[in-house]
Amino acid sequence: MLAYLLSRAAQFVVALVVASVVVFLLMSFLPGNAAQVALGTNATPEAVAALEAQYGLDEPPLIRYLQWVAGMLGGDFGTSYVTGAPITPVIIASVQVTAILVVCSIVVAVLIAVPLGTFAALEQRNWIGVTISALSQVGIAVPNFLAAIILVMIFSLQLGWFPSQGWMASIEGVGGFLARLVLPVVSLALVQAAILTRYVRSAVLDVMREDYIRTARAKGLTRTRALFVHGLRNAAIPVITVAGVQLATLLVGAVIIEQVFVIPGVGSELVRAVANRDLVTVQGIVMVLVMLVLIINFIVDLLYPIVDPRIRSAA
Amino acid sequence: MKTPRTTIWVAAAAAAALFLSACTAGASDPEGTQKDSMTIAFTAEPVNLDFTSTSGVAIPEALMDNVYESLVRVDGEGRIQPALAEEWDISEDRRTYTFRLQEGVTFSNGADFTAEDVKFSYERVQNEWKNPLKAKMDLVDSIEVVDDHTVKIALERPSNMWLYSLTTLVGAIFDTEGTTDLANEAIGTGPFAIEQFTRGQSIDYVARDDYWGDAPAVKKVQFKYFTDAVAASNALKSGEIDVISNLQAPELAGEFQSDEYQIVSGTTNGEVVLSMNNADGIFKDKAAREAVMHAIDRKAVLDTAWAGYGELIGSMVPPTDPYYEDLTGVWTYDPAKAKQKVEEAGIEGEEFAFAVPNLPYAQAISQIVSAQLEEVGLKAKVETQEFPAVWLDKTFTEHDYDMSVINHAEPRDILTVFSADYYIGYDDSTIKPIAEKADRGTEAEYIAGMKTIARTITEDAASNFLFLFPNLVVAKSDVKGVPANRVSDAFRIADLSWN
Repeated sequence: MLAYLLSRAAQFVVALVVASVVVFLLMSFLPGNAAQVALGTNATPEAVAALEAQYGLDEPPLIRYLQWVAGMLGGDFGTSYVTGAPITPVIIASVQVTAILVVCSIVVAVLIAVPLGTFAALEQRNWIGVTISALSQVGIAVPNFLAAIILVMIFSLQLGWFPSQGWMASIEGVGGFLARLVLPVVSLALVQAAILTRYVRSAVLDVMREDYIRTARAKGLTRTRALFVHGLRNAAIPVITVAGVQLATLLVGAVIIEQVFVIPGVGSELVRAVANRDLVTVQGIVMVLVMLVLIINFIVDLLYPIVDPRIRSAA
Repeated sequence: MKTPRTTIWVAAAAAAALFLSACTAGASDPEGTQKDSMTIAFTAEPVNLDFTSTSGVAIPEALMDNVYESLVRVDGEGRIQPALAEEWDISEDRRTYTFRLQEGVTFSNGADFTAEDVKFSYERVQNEWKNPLKAKMDLVDSIEVVDDHTVKIALERPSNMWLYSLTTLVGAIFDTEGTTDLANEAIGTGPFAIEQFTRGQSIDYVARDDYWGDAPAVKKVQFKYFTDAVAASNALKSGEIDVISNLQAPELAGEFQSDEYQIVSGTTNGEVVLSMNNADGIFKDKAAREAVMHAIDRKAVLDTAWAGYGELIGSMVPPTDPYYEDLTGVWTYDPAKAKQKVEEAGIEGEEFAFAVPNLPYAQAISQIVSAQLEEVGLKAKVETQEFPAVWLDKTFTEHDYDMSVINHAEPRDILTVFSADYYIGYDDSTIKPIAEKADRGTEAEYIAGMKTIARTITEDAASNFLFLFPNLVVAKSDVKGVPANRVSDAFRIADLSWN
């Protein structure tokens, strides 16, 4: 187990180093820079050069990279070119917002997908199963921003149940917080639920064909009971894998939903930083996202032995 | 290895901790649209609160006349009015301005406003500012504090432009102690103070009790920033906001044609310019530029690209400037003539680079303009550029383009945009001496001179002035005081009230 953890930790570090180099290189290929953007259409070349020097953009790339990495090792993501303020608190605040959004979405998606997928597998041959299957196919095809627009039109503009946009911290009012959370979460969750439903369905179908289910049926259990007692845990493994991948995708995929609903999450922060060529902020956010994705993968790996004792004993 | 059950509890506890810590995430955005508060939607968000170091319209739009005030301001018809200066004299040689300042004025930090603050603020423009607009203060030779409420400013030479430039952000008055953290804290003499600035989202203003002028009718105001015009219009429909300060998708205006809403359409200082590279490439030849002038049906462009909102101007001057003249007749839509010019220039079918910023109006314009150019044998190769970063880099700085389209939104910017080293690369040898003479002359001479300049630039086919960007405000019908025209860089909250 210790060796396992150590090798995971080593992978983690290597991935971070590679990511930091890639992110930094990509940023230096982006045309335009923060000084030009800050000074706009009245800029003179001298003024731009002076501001570049102030931002430290005139230093060689290697020096800038090393300064950046050294800062991060000390927990300091640097100072934004644009605001002159430290980046770390900005990242922490926006990651929290996105985390709420993403975690709620995946929970809702799982709550929808597991019963629906199981049901679709059990009722595979009749019209209910086919309908669920078809609907999930449609759900996969709908991009989440379109879902968002339709939901806003119905539940916000027509029915007036929820605000059409915005965000409120729960400390300022739990009601307002939840009301603003519903539409973005549902927009994100619907598509993920559709994808997940298909995986649950096929996982359950696979399990149903296993010998131990047949044995359980032979002992007199009903099909449903055999599945619930012996099947579901086995079906969970592939579903967890997919949900883990989805969680990572959602983290980045929330960008568009955050734009549509004007939510101050990590996606909005990233888009803004890229537009302003506030590269230290972009690099910081991307590194945090990379870290989160790696952590999610790690947690997923840890979940396998919990769900499946065979993996536990193998490890 | 822990037992599975313990691990699950640990995971649950971690999730709960995340949720609780997230309670403060993104704190902002208080609820409430009582009748002493108002929420107004904007598009361009300020990245910080410091227009002394950051360009762009967003910061002055939020702060000028609301938080910061100048000695003078400009009214809806483009006339200069007193603000922090109650009156001023201009010396015989028109080089020295003596301003008599309002008394009993305080800053939002409690400090008194005196002549020292004027001297401090305007010398600071010259010495500390990074915003290139600071050049407008270059003319100032000396600033003398006569007494607490009188200040004498001497210019190097007479200038008609200078007093007007005080109505823009360079005229803003700062407290001598109030410039330590401009990016995050704005301290001014205006009717409002900033209660909270949530970057990327909103600015909350609260009316000051100790404001020297008339108390504003609305006590609490929020500017809320929407990058997406549809999101803003949804928010207005569902009642979450009260005003959209400038609708960036005019096709949505139709949805607000009811008694519940009012649509106000007026002028701005933004000329939407189909700019051509005069210094290099295919449009260095005047005949080629003339072809473009005749090829474009500006009325059709306005109707198609911006739903007909806006005004045809034909020059770089909006109707609210004193030297405006209707020059829409100089170049008429005449495809036959355009074809003739294309032949004359020998550029038929030659591809040229059309750099289009990824802004809604520019994207819409580029399509119809390309089609109209194609009709007369001009072949535009459209390249969409991210705005601002890529456009500023490639087109504006590197001049690596033949044609572009952009809204030049600064007030009275004709001489800046058509100076030789600007990205259009206009040969300004004819207009430069006229401009200098006009600026030194009497007001009548100034107006006459500037008219000549505007006409010269248009006649040179330096660029095609497509239309004047409209000030398209959509508001709930019981909002009062929505100004039709946006003639300054400020959005004045104090003018607004509820019916």
